Amino acid sequence: MLVYAVKRLGVAVLVALTVSILSFSMIYLSGDPAIALAGEGSSQEDIENVRRVYGFDRPIIVQYGDWLWSALQGDLGHSNYLKSDVASVIFERLPTTMLLGACALAFALVLSIPLGVLAAIRPNSLIDRIALTVAVIGQAMPSFWFALTLILWFSITWRLLPITGTDSWLNFIMPSIALGYYVTPAVMRLTRAGMLEVLSADYIRTARANGLRPSSVLFKHALRNAIIPVVSLAAVQFGFMLGGSIVIETIFAINGLGFLAWESIQRADLPMMQAIVLVLSVFYILLTFFADMLNAFLDPRIRVS
Amino acid sequence: MTDVASSDRAVVVPSVEPTPGMLLRRRIFGHAGFVIGATVLGIIVLMALLAPLISPADPYDQDLSNKLIPPIWSDSAKATWEHPLGTDLLGRDYMSRLFHGAQISLLIGFAAMLISGVIGTTLGVLAGYFGGRVDMVVNFIITTRLSMPVVLVALAVVSLVGSSLTMVIWVLGLLIWDRFAVVMRSATQQVRNLDFVTSAQAVGCSTGRILFSEIMPNIANSLIVIATIEMAHAILLEAALSFLGLGVQPPEPSWGLMIAEAKGMMFFDGWLIAIPGAALFALVLAINLLGDGIRDVTAPENRN
Repeated sequence: MLVYAVKRLGVAVLVALTVSILSFSMIYLSGDPAIALAGEGSSQEDIENVRRVYGFDRPIIVQYGDWLWSALQGDLGHSNYLKSDVASVIFERLPTTMLLGACALAFALVLSIPLGVLAAIRPNSLIDRIALTVAVIGQAMPSFWFALTLILWFSITWRLLPITGTDSWLNFIMPSIALGYYVTPAVMRLTRAGMLEVLSADYIRTARANGLRPSSVLFKHALRNAIIPVVSLAAVQFGFMLGGSIVIETIFAINGLGFLAWESIQRADLPMMQAIVLVLSVFYILLTFFADMLNAFLDPRIRVS
Repeated sequence: MTDVASSDRAVVVPSVEPTPGMLLRRRIFGHAGFVIGATVLGIIVLMALLAPLISPADPYDQDLSNKLIPPIWSDSAKATWEHPLGTDLLGRDYMSRLFHGAQISLLIGFAAMLISGVIGTTLGVLAGYFGGRVDMVVNFIITTRLSMPVVLVALAVVSLVGSSLTMVIWVLGLLIWDRFAVVMRSATQQVRNLDFVTSAQAVGCSTGRILFSEIMPNIANSLIVIATIEMAHAILLEAALSFLGLGVQPPEPSWGLMIAEAKGMMFFDGWLIAIPGAALFALVLAINLLGDGIRDVTAPENRN
């Protein structure tokens, strides 16, 4: 287990380093960052000043090293627009996005796991077909359009839910559904496939033959094993959702990281963009690392090979 | 239509051994998802190809005196057959914009899928075939790519480099190859140790020949399925990018952009977002159904 953990951690650190190089190099995508910062039509002297003050005159490798070293110490640079340091803004906004992601994931799991289990108990039944239809339709719906449609129904037509803001838990209902529904097909399919496989296993037959209650067989013996791959899928999807929250947060004006990312892109606030990409990627790396560890802990076959 | 064809066949050839082609056709027409998906996709492709011919008006032609005409099925007296789907905020004919938008969605979806397909398949097949170090490196690249949030990176890059149709295609193509790589890798791993590959190696075929004429044909099924998934994915991403204002730029009629432009009016004129949204939904659903259909129809276990 320890060897496996150390190996996985090594890969995670390498991936994080690569991601940091990629996010750092975003600065140079638009050409000379000094010209971009000084603004178009500024004098050569101004550009040179900006270059010196921001340190763009140093070799790129030194700039990267400096940036990475500060980032490791929790200093992600200064925003070009907000005149405050990037890290504090990001960590102020992060909890909102985490909350939204957690609600969306909870919605997705509550909907998809029971559907997947029901579909597996009665394959090719009406419920299985309904679940399949939900999955196929869910995958084809553009999230932003779905979000707008939700607003149209729940806020405009029926006047049940507030459209924008984060004042109460009511504000989180529509964004969570809009963000979470996209994950449901994958979780449901995996639950169904896992349950189908487990339900035909010998130990389930034995459990049934021993006269255990059907509900006990189903939940204590079958679902427990079928749910293992779902755990790591859920972790991965949670990471994807944080990245995807940019669309949903923009629509519902939720003051989280996604909305911040969109604002920063609009303002060409490069240090902020770099930092958000880095933070979300590192968070995803951590998430998959812990999911792998949990998997190895639950399933001995993984940590041996 | 389908029923008639199959019952005809049953009458004509009860005793003759069915050919593989006939069996394939029977499987295809017996698969509801495949038929529906192919039909809807066919209609949308036709819409896109014939857009210049069948559009009622120029999709860029503004007419502010005729703005926000509702579609023909609404009760409003303003509805007219001159604009069957009405007009948008600038008085442009909505049906013409919808037809021309199909071109953009299909073009971006297909081109981005091709780019990502080439990258992902190359990486996946090499990793699956050679294993060892190559596999490790490819796995590392895949993990790195997966850890970067697609929508955010795409938005950031497009905003820095400048948005245009070509740029959106390249950014999406360079970002969404991960599923190709993952699936092609495991498909190649399954095929690599089969007897025909071993015998090709034994008679001294070059690696290139083995990859192209032994491996590729045997993983083509899953390749096509992933291609449909990724094309749908690219279309949805383009729509989201355009919706956020960083994809296809006005006045081009992208469906995502049409929804964005109509957002401010949606409380009064819901059809403005309903129509392009429904079109996007239908297109992505059709591609997904077709992909699932191809998977089911070509799977060896479903042959008998």
